Amino acid sequence: MSAKAQRTPPGLRILLIGFLIVWLILAAFPFLWTMWGSFKVEGDFFSKADWSQALTGEMTLTETGEAFTGQGYYGAWVQEEFWRAALNTFVVCFSVVLVSLFCSTLAGYALSRSTYNYAFWLLIAALIFRAMPPITLVSGYLLPFFEWNLWGHISTTVIVLVAINQPFSLWMLTSFFRNIPKDLDESAMVDGCTRFQAFRHVIIPVMWPGVITTGLFSFLLAYNDFAVTAMLLEKENQTMVPKIASFLGTTQTKGNVMFAVAAVVSSTAPLFIMVMFFQRQIVSGLTAGAVKG
Amino acid sequence: MKHGTFFAFVLPSVLAMLLFIALPVGSVLLQSVHAQHDQVIVEVENCGPFGCTATTAIDQQATEALRREQPLGKFVGLENYFNRGHLATGEVAEAWRTSDGLRAFLGELMNLPFYRAIAFTITYTALVTPLTIALGFAIAVAVNATTRILRGPLIFVSLLPFIITPLVGSLVLFWMIDARGILGHSFQWLAGNPDLSVKASTPLMWIMLMVYGVWHSAPFAFVVFYAGLQTVNQDTLEASMIDGANRWQRVRYVTIPHLMPLVTFVALIQLMDNFRVFEPLVSFNAAAHANSLSYYIYQDLGGETRLLNSAAATSVLTIIGIAILLTPVLFRTWRDHKRA
Repeated sequence: MSAKAQRTPPGLRILLIGFLIVWLILAAFPFLWTMWGSFKVEGDFFSKADWSQALTGEMTLTETGEAFTGQGYYGAWVQEEFWRAALNTFVVCFSVVLVSLFCSTLAGYALSRSTYNYAFWLLIAALIFRAMPPITLVSGYLLPFFEWNLWGHISTTVIVLVAINQPFSLWMLTSFFRNIPKDLDESAMVDGCTRFQAFRHVIIPVMWPGVITTGLFSFLLAYNDFAVTAMLLEKENQTMVPKIASFLGTTQTKGNVMFAVAAVVSSTAPLFIMVMFFQRQIVSGLTAGAVKG
Repeated sequence: MKHGTFFAFVLPSVLAMLLFIALPVGSVLLQSVHAQHDQVIVEVENCGPFGCTATTAIDQQATEALRREQPLGKFVGLENYFNRGHLATGEVAEAWRTSDGLRAFLGELMNLPFYRAIAFTITYTALVTPLTIALGFAIAVAVNATTRILRGPLIFVSLLPFIITPLVGSLVLFWMIDARGILGHSFQWLAGNPDLSVKASTPLMWIMLMVYGVWHSAPFAFVVFYAGLQTVNQDTLEASMIDGANRWQRVRYVTIPHLMPLVTFVALIQLMDNFRVFEPLVSFNAAAHANSLSYYIYQDLGGETRLLNSAAATSVLTIIGIAILLTPVLFRTWRDHKRA
């Protein structure tokens, strides 16, 4: 096709560019604004007088003597011990990703190679499980967990998150494994490998791109979860997201809402870095299920 | 693959799903037909110089012991489903008899917590899903029209609202629309009303919650549609041009049909995710103006007195709602599978 015929007419082009600029502002501005504001005092970020004070930092200047202050961060990380929550989040996410990948890689491989009907029904069951709102499941956990003293432990939360994560991981990995030719492992089995040996020596070396992408999404699910971590963890071993939610209840009355702002910015940073390094994998993961059916 | 090997491979995953997704559903069902034991009442006889009088008192110890012994409580059948907190059949019938006109009846209905939650959940799902798809499609088309070098950074920025923790993302937005925040100020200035506050107005709160919903999930729709746009058949496009199709007709009759399976996929995922809308209500502190099914369960579960049975009944009703939502999709998948 000639390039000329495909070219967008100038009017439409301006419209598209204008729309794109508006969208970029919508997508990025809230984060930039909150990050900037987290280095100010409450009187500036939530200014009664004039919103431009958040930019100039008048109150910050009069209260602390400088245009930027780390008060919010000090209050959140040191005073309210946000570092503990950050550590818990790290432990939870790391374990969820490892355990979840272990289970779903094995199952996804088997699902992609099985030709029986029950493999299809297992995937449909997983789809139904995916539709279940996590909070309804939490309401099922609480009573038995209280009775059997399982409530409030990090390990319980990890296993629950792994389970909730399974349906999505299964779908994604099954579709990745389907793209690895069957001949590869079948010829290994002709050479005398068992199914497991074929998986171990032939599939594992080539499966990493798919596994890394799935791992990223498992991480996101564990990191972003609120329903499960808020209800199943005690105050002592809370992760970051419920901790931020608890800031809203307790510190807002004390006038320390800036702690929450600083905590929010801190918890966003790892996600930004992740998108920066793994953008390609995230995009391929989001489209994997859709494009291949 | 042999049956035995297959089951060995899927065992850990299936076990996790059975124990922590299938069994909890059973647990929720069981809890929803039980209620906590009533307090044990004992009759105490007080005898004085003028004879004996019988009084009733609560036996705290016996109550505790009974509740500890049978934590599930007593069987009450479907009572939990029909009480005031849920389907409220009695109240609904009463409202139907007494209120004049549909409007008054609906107003009465909105005072019942379950109907309030379901009204918001359904409105949210029904509006946010199509708007997300439309906005995502528009962004995909716009990004697709730019030069190749720009697309990487454009996708990076566009992904941010989606990748962000929902609770955190809605907080960021909420602080901006606070009466003292930058957007709150602008609204007041635009409306010329210095007392305007999203926190004080139900319609504004609903709108902002939905704006958040679209903002959060549009990038997902965008990425899927953008990937789909890369695979539009160029020959078909060219053929349609030779046949004299203009720009709009090419979009309408070539691009959109090509993207249709993706629209179904995005709609399915969005329906599931929007029906469970939860975190923004926590961040927006919206309990006074809006409630969703998930938030209603959360409120019952948290707090001083954990109303486990009430939460369980709401959960069962929510799961039924999800099932109704998914039936058409499942039915279609099953038909396709049988045909294949």
